[in-house]
Amino acid sequence: MRLIYLGVLAMAVWANTSLAQNGPLKIEINDGVIEPLTFAIPIFEAENLEAAAVATEISRIVAADLISSGLFREIPSNRFISRRTTFAEAVRYPDWRAINTQALMTAAVKTTSSGRLTVKFRIFDIFSGVQLGSGMQLAGDTKAIRRMAHKVADQVYERITGEGPYFDSKIVFVSESGPKDNRRKRLAIMDFDGESVQFLTGNENIVLAPRISNNGKQVLYTSWETGFPQIYLLNVGTAGRKRLPTPKNGMGFSPRFSPDSKRIVYSFERGGNSDIYLMDLATARSARMTSSPSIDTAPSFSSDGRQIVFESDRSGTQQLYIMPVSGGTPKRISFGNGRYGTPVWSPRGDLIAFTKQSNGRFGIGVMRTDGSEERLLSASFLDEGPTWSPNGRVIMFAREDRGPKGAPSLYSVDITGRNLRALNLRAPASDPSWGPVQP
Amino acid sequence: MRLIYLALVPFLALTACSNSERDSGLLSGTLGWDDPAVNAEDQNDPKSQAFFEKTIGDRVFFEVDQYTLNNSAKAALDTQAQWLMNNRGYVIIVEGHADEQGTREYNLALGFRRAQSVQEYLVARGVSGLRLKTRSYGKERPIEICSVERCYSKNRRAVTLLTAGLS
Repeated sequence: MRLIYLGVLAMAVWANTSLAQNGPLKIEINDGVIEPLTFAIPIFEAENLEAAAVATEISRIVAADLISSGLFREIPSNRFISRRTTFAEAVRYPDWRAINTQALMTAAVKTTSSGRLTVKFRIFDIFSGVQLGSGMQLAGDTKAIRRMAHKVADQVYERITGEGPYFDSKIVFVSESGPKDNRRKRLAIMDFDGESVQFLTGNENIVLAPRISNNGKQVLYTSWETGFPQIYLLNVGTAGRKRLPTPKNGMGFSPRFSPDSKRIVYSFERGGNSDIYLMDLATARSARMTSSPSIDTAPSFSSDGRQIVFESDRSGTQQLYIMPVSGGTPKRISFGNGRYGTPVWSPRGDLIAFTKQSNGRFGIGVMRTDGSEERLLSASFLDEGPTWSPNGRVIMFAREDRGPKGAPSLYSVDITGRNLRALNLRAPASDPSWGPVQP
Repeated sequence: MRLIYLALVPFLALTACSNSERDSGLLSGTLGWDDPAVNAEDQNDPKSQAFFEKTIGDRVFFEVDQYTLNNSAKAALDTQAQWLMNNRGYVIIVEGHADEQGTREYNLALGFRRAQSVQEYLVARGVSGLRLKTRSYGKERPIEICSVERCYSKNRRAVTLLTAGLS
């Protein structure tokens, strides 16, 4: 499964000598309105006969990944003028300019009888008439075609946007089945695009709100396995699980990892009241962080691990609060019109995503960590439970339809509020938790 | 669980002629997935679990986003407490539930509050706290599935569940 980065193909120099009026090929995705970049991806060249099918599949996945970001628009191959673009052949820029191509990707795929898969690729800035950066080569296992494609797409995305990658990542979620009054739930893991679904638990007990660690190796979740809600820790590799020891005479739920995966914050109920607790995983010792007669729940660590954000109804309605992990007085940050829940700190540290209820509807929004610049990114009958892509650019959440046939499905949206898309899954799904880019 | 429920349906259909009103209640879903098989006992036995569920009444309902007990809930719990004091062989789990109008974690916490309200009331009416446990299902186990108040009001509930005593 492991992909090996083989480095640059040639000493092609990043040429900033732009010929085009708009400057070198680069998407600035912090701009308000973004026109997708026009992108041509001819089917990758197969360097050996056996690689033909793999080359086609990888090129389609790379294109789909890039298009899914909302930042690229693919030029259909029936408009290509340069019919045969081999990897070695020089790019005929006028042919691509004529069909208004901004970026061109050429690639070649090789497989070996021992199961090795190699992809080398180049990106060209057509209007500037230069290659964008150096060519690159990735090698891996022929059994890991999808991962190879996601890695290639990540390299292209990174190079053109300057943002961190996110395509080669996994998402843990709850896969649902059965009618609304007898829903079965089980934990599952999939690629970021909804492919390669694998189940991590059975569906004999209710399981909720899985949260994957930053190293992608462990998942925290809440299960009724004992008949009562308790916090479990699951090993992604083995699917082995253990119950975490929370304090006596109460029930733990809503756990989340610290950025270093060594501690967890969670909600603990005793005597009907829920407060925030912190547990050191090595010693399994818990410390109480809040002490209030209100509902304090859904805690999330800041990206630097020094603070937490959580929701509390201490003011009378659900609102968001921040406090240092070392203790102190929670400070309210949400002041808009409505109720705020399920806050999640972005991996970049700059924003907090949340679920907002107002006027009988639910939406996903973001605000700065001081509560300013609140923006709603979605709204529906029930949108809930945001999770961040590893690069902090995309938010995934669950949307549920109203009524007896209502069932949840997963959606993603760019943090600019554009590019809302439904993930194509075969079964209802909820509670997504986005894992890291894989090594 | 679903298999068990389906298996019960033919049996209920047979008994329907004797008491159609009670039966329609069962078929419309008051027989929760996690309720014990009530028809395994004679509902006419006033000491039976089935009698408690059907005749005494095993649940109370809450206002939107509330966990305080209204007068009708208190009256229902007075009856429950009386019965529970007279039938001390059962261990009791109070389950708190919420409707779908709320986030998952908040609704779990709200369900705990509702279960606690019922537990405290039953204890105040003389039921031993040692017999009582609580749990919450949040919005995970609705019994009515429409997305309007008519269903929501049935889902905002606390259910007093009896299990055979351990000792």
